[in-house]
Amino acid sequence: MLKTIANKEVDVNEEGYLTNKGDWNEDIAKEIAKELGINDLTEKHWAVIKWLRDQDAGGTHLSIRQVGSSGLVDIKEFYALFPGGPLKNASKIAGIMKPMSCL
Amino acid sequence: MDKKLKRVLVINSKATIESVYASLVLANGALSEGMEAEMFFTFFGLEAIHKEKAKHLHVATVGNPAMHIPTIVGAVPGMEALATSMMMKGMEELDIPPVPEFLDMIKAAGGKLYGCKLAMDMFKLKKEDMRDDLDGILTVGQFYERAQTDGVQIIFV
Repeated sequence: MLKTIANKEVDVNEEGYLTNKGDWNEDIAKEIAKELGINDLTEKHWAVIKWLRDQDAGGTHLSIRQVGSSGLVDIKEFYALFPGGPLKNASKIAGIMKPMSCL
Repeated sequence: MDKKLKRVLVINSKATIESVYASLVLANGALSEGMEAEMFFTFFGLEAIHKEKAKHLHVATVGNPAMHIPTIVGAVPGMEALATSMMMKGMEELDIPPVPEFLDMIKAAGGKLYGCKLAMDMFKLKKEDMRDDLDGILTVGQFYERAQTDGVQIIFV
């Protein structure tokens, strides 16, 4: 379905994830983050977001454990940066699909 | 949507690796979905939070029909170790961490770990024998007290 995020009309799925990764930009990321209660994306947030996009582009099946061993943040920091489900929320902000992971 | 399930309390009562992993995945999965999770280890399940024993958990090759091997073969010395190492290799390929690291992940995610007082007394285990980051040793009553909030599910493994 279509949704206007940061003055841009984009297609999202029923959970609000962008269906087209090419639609993503930093303003969209900021607005999705606000919807998730993260009002300010810090450098740490951006580092994780960009890392997730890179990994996703490389075809990696993402998990919280991998983010924890990325060298950017440990698992505790990852949960603190993206409260309420770190991988699913960070992925939404990063404009990639929700990872199908049980870990 | 107002989410109904807010906290998950997982009781782990067994030391076989498949039971321990089932309970770890359930607790960790709840945390990664933004819920709270607590784990209560009782009877043989205490091995998962035992400093030494947690590193050497086994899959059961006897009395486990899903192994699809004759009981007598499952009883051959070394068979459990072999089956376990094969299983662990498969899990590592799926990025499933070893039990102690999995528990580290759960703690890092804000999960809580408790030991069962009665079972600890039974097996003559001391607090020092268990992981240093345990959140406490509870009686059954204290455990139920932790379930007295809205949106809680107790899962027994």
